[in-house]
Amino acid sequence: MWIAVLGTSAIAFALKYFGHSVPEKYLTNPRALRINILIPIALLSALVAVQTLTVKSKLVVDQRLAGMAVAVVALLLKAPFPVVVLGSAAASALTFHYLK
Amino acid sequence: MGQNVRVSRVNRTTAAASFSVSFTVGLYGIAFGAAGIAAGFSLLQTCALSLLTFSGASQFAVVGVLGAGGTAISGITTASLLGFRNALYGLRMAPIVRIKGWRRIVGAQITIDESTGVSLGQSELGDRAMREGFWLTGIGVYIFWNIFTVVGALGAQAMGDPAAWGLDAAVPAAFLGLVWPRLTNKNERVLAVAAMALSISLTPFVAAGIPIISTALLAVAFGWKARG
Repeated sequence: MWIAVLGTSAIAFALKYFGHSVPEKYLTNPRALRINILIPIALLSALVAVQTLTVKSKLVVDQRLAGMAVAVVALLLKAPFPVVVLGSAAASALTFHYLK
Repeated sequence: MGQNVRVSRVNRTTAAASFSVSFTVGLYGIAFGAAGIAAGFSLLQTCALSLLTFSGASQFAVVGVLGAGGTAISGITTASLLGFRNALYGLRMAPIVRIKGWRRIVGAQITIDESTGVSLGQSELGDRAMREGFWLTGIGVYIFWNIFTVVGALGAQAMGDPAAWGLDAAVPAAFLGLVWPRLTNKNERVLAVAAMALSISLTPFVAAGIPIISTALLAVAFGWKARG
């Protein structure tokens, strides 16, 4: 885990420093900029799905899905970020105790 | 005299924006600290990520991938793909902050969504306010984010089973909260749904972490063709 911690940190810093150091023309290709906007969307969406519906390599439907349903409703109602996270946690915890 | 009054008013506006953003965003450090512990990272490792990586989405990603059983390499790759935008922020900020030597090291470390956002938000107040916004917000978020990471991590250690407190849903909900505002057109919404479907359908068949990274290819494919 330390490898992940330090590796992530080293690359994160290198990317930030790189941005301050390179001439602008190298990173302004429109296609690269478009892809740069889309990559976080794809990765974050995948993380949402994997962390809601899987345990290790199995697909599992459990209390987390109830939590995500509440998160979606909260976001549709334009609730602020803390409300989304806490609402989701509360729904998941209640479902967990109800199922148990 | 009039000049001085104006300068100090500019400072106060920028300082207020910087502080409110720093504190609000720093609070999310609680969620990260808790997520790190829930994913099996130690208190020290969780805090090291906030001190050294200092990029929220990348930090959540690395604990998310390793927590789901992924390797260090897949965790680092996912986090780094998410951290690439900081390079673009650095590119945008460099001509404004114009820093060299050791200050560039500090400046680079605090080049994140929020410091860039507040700085660009001060553009009507002039270059000096943009510089102040960048430094005040960057340093402010750094301080609050790290304090609240410790709070969240200690809290989660005291809780025991993360599922009993809904922490297992809070982490993906945080990701959803991060991605939601980015879905501004149909192409992006289709990509989000496709990425969810791809990662879920790959999960039973490939090593943990790969289903997440592979969706970056989906983003490349969508971005290659899309107009505007």
